Amino acid sequence: MNEIQNNLRAVRARPTSKQRVADCDIHPAPRSMEQDIYPHLEKRWQSHLAEYGAPLRSGFQNGTNYPKGQPQASRRDSFLPDGGFPGSDLAFMREQHLDPNNVEFGVMLPLRVGLGLQNQELAAALCRAVNEWQITEWTSKEPRLRGSVMVPYEDPAASVQEIERCAGKPDFVQVEVLSRCAEPLGNRKYWPIFEAAQAAGLPVAVHAFGYGGWAVTGGGWPSYYMEDMVAHSQSMQSLVSSVVFEGVFERFPRTRLVLVEGGLAWLPSLAWRLDRLWSQLRSEVPHVKRPPSEYIREHVWLTSQPIEEPEDRSHIVDVMGWIGWDRVLFASDYPHWDFDDPAHVLPAPLSKEQRQQFFLENARNLYGVGHE
Amino acid sequence: MAYDDSLAGRGAVDCDIHAVLPGLKSLLPYFEPQWRDTIMQRGIPEIDTNAYPNNSPLTIRPEWRASNAPFHAVPLEQLASQALDGTDVEFAICNCLYGFQMLNSEDMGRAFARSINDWMKAEWLDRDPRLRASIAVPMQNPAMSVEEIDRCAPDRRFVQVLMLAMGDMPLGKRYYWPIYEAAERHGLPVAVHAGSMYRHPITGIGWPTYHVQDYASQSTAMQTQLTSLICEGVFQKFPDLKIVMSESGFTWLPPYLWRLDKYWHGLRMEVPWLTVSPIEVVRSNVRFTLQPVDAPPDPAQLERLFDHLDCDDLILYSTDYPHWQFDRDPIPEGFPASLISKIKIDNPHATYRRLSEGGRQ
Repeated sequence: MNEIQNNLRAVRARPTSKQRVADCDIHPAPRSMEQDIYPHLEKRWQSHLAEYGAPLRSGFQNGTNYPKGQPQASRRDSFLPDGGFPGSDLAFMREQHLDPNNVEFGVMLPLRVGLGLQNQELAAALCRAVNEWQITEWTSKEPRLRGSVMVPYEDPAASVQEIERCAGKPDFVQVEVLSRCAEPLGNRKYWPIFEAAQAAGLPVAVHAFGYGGWAVTGGGWPSYYMEDMVAHSQSMQSLVSSVVFEGVFERFPRTRLVLVEGGLAWLPSLAWRLDRLWSQLRSEVPHVKRPPSEYIREHVWLTSQPIEEPEDRSHIVDVMGWIGWDRVLFASDYPHWDFDDPAHVLPAPLSKEQRQQFFLENARNLYGVGHE
Repeated sequence: MAYDDSLAGRGAVDCDIHAVLPGLKSLLPYFEPQWRDTIMQRGIPEIDTNAYPNNSPLTIRPEWRASNAPFHAVPLEQLASQALDGTDVEFAICNCLYGFQMLNSEDMGRAFARSINDWMKAEWLDRDPRLRASIAVPMQNPAMSVEEIDRCAPDRRFVQVLMLAMGDMPLGKRYYWPIYEAAERHGLPVAVHAGSMYRHPITGIGWPTYHVQDYASQSTAMQTQLTSLICEGVFQKFPDLKIVMSESGFTWLPPYLWRLDKYWHGLRMEVPWLTVSPIEVVRSNVRFTLQPVDAPPDPAQLERLFDHLDCDDLILYSTDYPHWQFDRDPIPEGFPASLISKIKIDNPHATYRRLSEGGRQ
């Protein structure tokens, strides 16, 4: 069904957040492929897309294995007044999000085009096009926004080329891959990506979702979108185990890994588990020289949305303390339906310093933005 | 369920120990003749699972390793002296983890399940009155699993049904409901134990490289299975069913439930039968064995974690013998003292009603 009923009244948001924030997960979308992506794409690929589309490692022509809970997984009020795609218009994004929510700078992670495809050549062409589009339509027009270098991660050599092409451009603050790759992200196949990101001085952001082609749980395909959404935090845990036990942080010691949209509260108990197992089974992984929790503490950042919401909100404050207040980054996920509003994301009482770290300072330090 | 005061003063229940098969040869007497022939003539090898490499340090604590037993097997006398004698344990529930669930033939799966249960009865339950056991079922085929539950359940020393954390499809799916119907009918909890049929890569993002990742991923498998069991409405359909998540920790539970509960609020239109919060469902129907405890470094953090759990009924005492999960006391430092007798006695008896019956055969 394409009949999207939107509530287009009451779209004009009022400023709600006094706190200045860095929003570490914003999703811009092309107005259309023709308008925004084709200008950066060879004719050959334009006709390929028209004839054959861009199949993911999935059977659905329109992408997702699980129908979303909302049209385009987006807030109803984020569709443009003319019905246009959520996140596809800078002026509207400013008016609805950047201005009222006091966003000092926002990090864009494009999702809809180019990631998780079956055809790696097409993926490489599309990633490059999307990266160009981030510059022409967004970062060149809005100084508050920064982009992510999307890479065709199943082709690490092509990914390295794209990282090297974009390295040094102030438009980009990180490399972007998806969590559900064809192999766990720590596998040696992907090491060239970590190596190139390290050389370029860019963090590697892993956004939840993706199409590795495997069942999304170790026990098969679940039935519901709700299960798929919850399972992102389990995929992220497997991914952290992989990156730690493959020794990625030993091999590429300046790696900064940013986990986006997988939640955050699961990290401490995972680290306790990995420490215990490492102390017992370290003869299998002699290249892992220190307890996993130490690597995690030094190399891993997490964005907050969708933040876990215990009934007693002081519990999430405990957990964020166990992770480390310098490693948690506010993210809204604008314009998606499960948007976290900075005014309400953490109602529990925080110290002024914790609040400042979470909403702004950690992102400034990680991305080197706002200090120049 | 009302709790019987007369249980007070009883001994502890170890809700997860392992009777390890000392090789396929020991099972042969318990197969029907045609299966014994099949195994011999085809030269079928050991059906060990990669989940527990025989010589891995985790698989068996060094001082528990029997000097002349094959694989990582431990003879009954040794198990009794190391895990039962001189302890406060009154009952111990044995889970056999021989990897027959990996077999692709449903019929062979059934033959193995039958022989393992008969072996368990003859070589363990009949030889030590403190032992209880789980019914191994061929997860390859739910109808055959029900048949095996019905066959074994009259022996009240079988107190549980044993399933693995990773199967053909998520455990909440209606495909598996006949198993839950049978378990509920017999008053048997269902253990979802660490382990896999290896039908899928053991992580949602593909095959890992190392054994340590395999073991680490058992807890994420538990999480996704809990999601499945809850979302599919298993506990609405079978309100008296208890699921016991075995050998994969519990410190992950609070943050996991916060996320699940959040998405239930946002997406419950997809699962309209789920009329109460997942947190409530877990409190009424799901239990967790103690070991391994993935404990925080600071005992004060563990105490705080029990505030996060906010429910005293969830944990069942276990040692996970002979797996190497702890060095001295299975109760970790920081574990609330007020909960110890509850997890050792009250919670197990409330979960396994058959324990109070004296083990009629």
